Amino acid sequence: MKMNVNVAVIGGGPAGLAAALECRKNGIDNILVIERDKQLGGILNQCIHPGFGLHVFGEELTGPEYAQRYIDMLSDTDIRTMTDTMVLSLTLQKVIRAVNTTLGVVEIHAKAVILAMGCRERTRGMLRIPGTRPAGIYTAGTAQRLVNIEGLMPGKNTVILGSGDIGLIMARRMTLEGAKVSGVYEIMPKSGGLKRNIVQCLNDFGIPLHLSKTAVEIHGRERIEGITVAAVDENLSPIKGTEEYVECDTLLLSVGLIPENELSRGAGILIDPKTKGPVCESGFETSVPGIFACGNVYKVYDLVDNVTKDSVLAGRYAAEYIRSKSE
Amino acid sequence: MQTTNVTCVICPKGCNIEVDHENRDGKEVVLAVRNNKCPRGYKYASAEVVNPERVLTSTVRLAGGTYPRLSVKSEHPVPKTSLFDCMREIRKVSVTSPVKMGDIIIENVAGTGINIVATHNG
Ligand SMILES: Cc1cc2nc3c(=O)[nH]c(=O)nc-3n(C[C@H](O)[C@H](O)[C@H](O)COP(=O)(O)OP(=O)(O)OC[C@H]3O[C@@H](n4cnc5c(N)ncnc54)[C@H](O)[C@@H]3O)c2cc1C
Ligand code: SF4
Repeated sequence: MKMNVNVAVIGGGPAGLAAALECRKNGIDNILVIERDKQLGGILNQCIHPGFGLHVFGEELTGPEYAQRYIDMLSDTDIRTMTDTMVLSLTLQKVIRAVNTTLGVVEIHAKAVILAMGCRERTRGMLRIPGTRPAGIYTAGTAQRLVNIEGLMPGKNTVILGSGDIGLIMARRMTLEGAKVSGVYEIMPKSGGLKRNIVQCLNDFGIPLHLSKTAVEIHGRERIEGITVAAVDENLSPIKGTEEYVECDTLLLSVGLIPENELSRGAGILIDPKTKGPVCESGFETSVPGIFACGNVYKVYDLVDNVTKDSVLAGRYAAEYIRSKSE
Repeated sequence: MQTTNVTCVICPKGCNIEVDHENRDGKEVVLAVRNNKCPRGYKYASAEVVNPERVLTSTVRLAGGTYPRLSVKSEHPVPKTSLFDCMREIRKVSVTSPVKMGDIIIENVAGTGINIVATHNG
C-alpha cells in the first residue's frame, strides 16, 4: 500500500502528539502519526506516578493522565493515527516504510517528517558487568512496563543498580506490590535522582541507598541468585577487600537513557556524538531539510513539560516548511 | 520530646529541616522547626511529622482493554501509614472496559475517605 501525506510523525508519545497538534493548529491537514505500540502516549503510559504537567497544565498529573489529555485533544481533530505500526526505514526523500499486521508493508510519502521516537535504556552489555548471564536482569524501564502495563512482577527480592529516577520509582513500586527491595547501589558519590524521589521512594520504605558502590560480579546459572558489590575509589575502580555478597532474584539496572536514532542514521541524518540526537541547526530541523526532531529522540529530557514545549515549536517549524514549499 | 530530620522536597534546595515534636494524647504536636530556609519548608516539615500523606498510584486488573492493567491513583493524598492497606484493596479489584479517566474505581479506600480513580481510559 502507498500513501501520500503532508506530515508524517514517527512516534506517538508526548513529543509526537504535541508536534502533530501544533502542525494542525497552523493550518496543515493530512497529518499522520505512526506508533508501534497498541496505544498512543509513549513512555508516559507506564509512568503511573505523579510528577507531570505542573508547567503545561498547572496541576500535578500522572503520566497516563498527561498522555490521555493529549490523546483526547488529538481525537478532536482530523489527524490520523496508525497504532501497532512499526516504522522500518526512512529515506532522505522522506519515504517511510512501515509495517502492521492488517495492512502489511505501507509506503508513506511525506512532505515533512517529524521524528519523535523517544529514547531507550542503556543495556547491561554496555555496562560490562562480569559474571554469568542468568535470567532476572532487567532495565528499570522494562520492569516498569512489565509491572504497570502487563501486570507481571519480575521477581520477589530485588536489587537496583544505579539511582536514576526510574530506578527509585521502581523501588517504591515493587515494594508496594509486595516485593522486597534490599537496596539501591550507586557508583557515584551522589544520587542522580531527584531528592523528592529519594525521600518518597526510598526513605518512606526504609530502602537503603549505598553510594560509591557498584556490582562487580553477577551470580546464578539459570536465574540470578545474587551479586557481589564493592566500594569504588575516586576513579570509580572497585576497591579490593570491600566485596560483599547480596542475595537477589532480580536485578534492575537504572543506568541512563539514549535517544533512539537508528531510523535517523539510516536516513543519513547527522547525529551529534555527544547528545546522540540529530544535529539541529535551528528550529529543530535536522541536517535533512524537512525532517524535524523533537522529544527524547532529539535529546534526553527530564521533564515532559519541556518535551511538550519544544515539540510545539518543532510542529510549528514543520508547518512553516510545508507552507514555504507550496508557495 | 523527639527530634526528626525531614528533607524538604518542595524546592530543589532540599533543606535538611529539624523538627522537635512530642506525642500528646496520641497526636504529634510540633514544638520547634529549625534549618528551614523559608516558610514553605516549615509547613511541609510540620505536616511530615504530624500526618505525612502521599498520593498513591497503582494499577488494577482490566478485562477487555488493550492491556491487562488500568492505571489508578488516590484522588487526594492518603496517610502514609495506610499505603499498604490501600494496596491490599487495590489488588483485589478488577474492572471491565470501557473505563474513562476520572471514573471512581474504589470508593473510600481502606476507610481513608478517599477514592481511587482511573488515570487513563481503558
Ligand atoms: C521511565 C521514565 C520516567 C519518567 N518520569 C518523569 C516524571 O516523573 N516527570 C516528567 O516530567 N518526566 C518524566 N520522564 C520524562 C518524560 O516522560 C519523557 O521525557 C517523555 O515522555 C518523552 O516523550 P517522547 O515523546 O519524546 O518519547 P516517548 O514517550 O518514548 O515516545 C516515543 C514513541 O515513539 C514510538 N516509536 C519509537 N520508534 C518507533 C518506530 N520505529 N516506529 C513507530 N513508533 C516508534 C515509541 O513506541 C513511543 O511510543 C520520565 C521518562 C522515563 C523514561
Ligand atoms: S525549606 Fe524552603 S528553601 Fe528549603 S527546600 Fe524547602 S522550600 Fe526550598
